[in-house]
Amino acid sequence: MAQDINNAQNEQRIERSVFSIQWVAFSTIVIKEVRRFMRIWQQTLLPPAITMTLYFIIFGNLIGSRIGKMDGVDYMSFIVPGLIMMSVITNSYGNVASSFFGNKFQRSLEELMVSPVYPSVILAGYVMGGVARGVMVGLIVTLLSLYFTDLQLHNLPVVIVVTFLSAILFALGGFINAIFANKFDDISIIPTFIITPLTYLGGVFYSISLLPEFWQNVSMLNPILYMVNSFRYGILGVSDVSISAAISMLIVFIALLSSISIWLLKRGTGMRS
Amino acid sequence: MTALSIQGLEKVYGNGFKALKGIDLTVKRGDFFALLGPNGAGKSTTLGIVSSLVQKTSGTVSIMGHDLVKDTFAAKQCLGVVPQEFNFNQFEKVYDIIITQAGYYGLTAKQVASHAETLLRALDLWDKRNESARMLSGGMKRRLMIARALIHKPQILILDEPTAGVDIELRRSMWEFMKKLNEEGTTIILTTHYLEEAEQLCKNIAIINNGEIVTNTSVKALLGQLKTETFVLDVDGDLEGLPELKDYQIRHVDNEHLEVVVDKGQGLNEVFSALTEAGIQVLSMRTKANRLEELFVDLVQDDNEVANKQTKEA
Repeated sequence: MAQDINNAQNEQRIERSVFSIQWVAFSTIVIKEVRRFMRIWQQTLLPPAITMTLYFIIFGNLIGSRIGKMDGVDYMSFIVPGLIMMSVITNSYGNVASSFFGNKFQRSLEELMVSPVYPSVILAGYVMGGVARGVMVGLIVTLLSLYFTDLQLHNLPVVIVVTFLSAILFALGGFINAIFANKFDDISIIPTFIITPLTYLGGVFYSISLLPEFWQNVSMLNPILYMVNSFRYGILGVSDVSISAAISMLIVFIALLSSISIWLLKRGTGMRS
Repeated sequence: MTALSIQGLEKVYGNGFKALKGIDLTVKRGDFFALLGPNGAGKSTTLGIVSSLVQKTSGTVSIMGHDLVKDTFAAKQCLGVVPQEFNFNQFEKVYDIIITQAGYYGLTAKQVASHAETLLRALDLWDKRNESARMLSGGMKRRLMIARALIHKPQILILDEPTAGVDIELRRSMWEFMKKLNEEGTTIILTTHYLEEAEQLCKNIAIINNGEIVTNTSVKALLGQLKTETFVLDVDGDLEGLPELKDYQIRHVDNEHLEVVVDKGQGLNEVFSALTEAGIQVLSMRTKANRLEELFVDLVQDDNEVANKQTKEA
């Protein structure tokens, strides 16, 4: 009996020790990632701030004043949530894709590969780094938008949940992109040809109710539409889609991409010869 | 007790190239072990598999008794790796690189602060701790990788060509550092092209060629296999007057240099006497090649000849 207790205590001690090691490793990766994008803020934080300010001026102020209302709100107020969400997802994706691929390219990823860090912890660390940048850029864009419009806050929990889930999902996408990328060009293909078009067609600048029924149905297949609209719901209280469906879809996709990422990491795809 | 045990390790690359043909290798705890071989022999592939950087095709690897596949977490904790090529983020500061690596082993910056300082001071990098890694010289970058590999106090340190491209003075100071580390109990496994390095530092040696272990023995036993040794004599005098010595192979390199091949156990007195009688003065003498180098060349050549013969027969 005493032996059993001792064994159980030893096992517990080992378990705790493994957990604490993995926790420190996770924090280390996150800190490293945050330090990286803060160090090169001119490339990571400044460009989205400038781009979004131009969107606010051109689409919101100049063109928006002629458009009038969209879904019952000013056009400027209508596009702000979409632009914030666009910043969050593109930066979450871009951070993980460029950082992980950069580490692969410089071979500094080998530091992690020789270490006892679990693949799931490596993934979580990089994803959290991407989320940190996405959320930080989102906050910067939100603050800038306050100069152009008065933002309401219809449902804060929805805003927080949708922001984090969207950032996690796109950070996972960036991670998978980086795993398969062999050169720097490969990490810009998906953002250029898939994410950007889907974002523009995802209801950032218009309500899908303006589209003919066929294109409304086609738009419903665009996952970014759900993120933009549920975020817009959190801010303005208006949405083209069901919020619970959007959040459920985000969770399912996160689970799917996480499983794929961990499987790829364990196999060493794109990393081990 | 074994530090590293490799059984039947095979590696076949995607293009069908068989880099390792089922090698067996054992390194004892506390050993200073060299894995030698010509380029493309399989050294880096072997160490790559042990370091989890290369996927094995078959076989087992056990580190400090922990199977690398079944008990990865414990096995990896015992290992520190210094690769051949620089593999750190060039834009990070020296100190941050060390602390980040410690974090991957569950050690916080606070916990390793004192050890990091000791290592960086010992490797002459303390003054550079706040500099970006890309600003360091080649030798400093190599020492940075050693400091990084040791930050979690591993029981085994793997060094793949640790002194490649490092000047002689620095190489010798790195040898001292490694010797001390080994004396303190760390098992060291290294690959090197400087055979003098292996002879000076290592207790045991394995030579790998064409993906197979050609020999695995102690440095002492290996040097005992040396049949002949070639000496180069710098001389002053008329070499035409030198009588023929039938027990020695003597080659006149030029008017000032002689090469003398001496069998194991054979002295040089007869050569010196003959030179003295001929009025030739010996100014200095050195071995033509490192002793281990001569053996290495012989073993690898023999192995290549056998392999070529087998290929032709097939």
